Amino acid sequence: MIKGLAISTVWVLDQDRAKEFYTQKLGLEVRTDMTMGEGGMRWLTVGSPNQPEVELTLMVPGGPAMDPESAEMLRKLVTKGALGAGVLTTDDIHGDYKKLKDRGVEFLQEPQERPYGTEALFRDDSGNWFSFTQPREGGLDMDQDWTC
Amino acid sequence: MDKTRQIRLAKDAMDRDWADPGLDLDTVAAHAGYSRYHFIRAFKEAYGETPGQYLTHRRIERAEDLLRTANLSVTEICHLVGFSSVGTFSARFKTWTGLTPSEYRTKHVGRGAALIPGCYAMLWAGGFRSAPGAGKQNPSGEAQQRNSGEAG
Repeated sequence: MIKGLAISTVWVLDQDRAKEFYTQKLGLEVRTDMTMGEGGMRWLTVGSPNQPEVELTLMVPGGPAMDPESAEMLRKLVTKGALGAGVLTTDDIHGDYKKLKDRGVEFLQEPQERPYGTEALFRDDSGNWFSFTQPREGGLDMDQDWTC
Repeated sequence: MDKTRQIRLAKDAMDRDWADPGLDLDTVAAHAGYSRYHFIRAFKEAYGETPGQYLTHRRIERAEDLLRTANLSVTEICHLVGFSSVGTFSARFKTWTGLTPSEYRTKHVGRGAALIPGCYAMLWAGGFRSAPGAGKQNPSGEAQQRNSGEAG
């Protein structure tokens, strides 16, 4: 049976810049950075130190498996900001929001209360947007009395 | 900088600051580093509508939500979503939805109390502003919330 999610792909425009963004700004760690032969594919993965079993592979569109036209379309979608790359969780959304913002991460939304937790939105340096969420303790809250 | 990225930065500014009545074309175009004229053309090429249409679209969508769910007056909603004139708001709203804000509310709101208290909707939509044009406030985004729902 399926045991879990190990690797998920994020399409980036430049692997050097992405590596810097995901480590220096987001605080993730590099798991693998290797190039397969001269001019070959560069396999670059990052992950959270708190979650060794999951990593993101930062891939540039292209390669033998993708025709140039598709690669160009994918690059364009990323750049336009049309693609979301996932949800990253935190146990201190307000502190981490400030920390990331101070490092120059481009936020689309400040932390806001949602039924599922407190959520901010940011983009990576390529244009992918991430939800940055501190999940609500006790799970989804649809019953809370919001009356002032 | 890549041209598409520049245009996206301007779109992001509209998604962030849509509730700010002071958000005009020059401000938005400046985020892209473009002149007004080139910006309008480039934005439309990238996103299929002009920046003005995009911003109006976003604001009307949020107004629809508030009209359906919050016990706020049409005037309050008009200012909350970033319009400074009720006349303009009503006209644009009718262009998009085919109904005036009041007609829309009558058609879509159920009997009895509003589904969400106005105070909550106001905070959710960006906080209480002292006056229209008082400055940029908390960004929010119902569209962004929708997006995050899809990802989550």
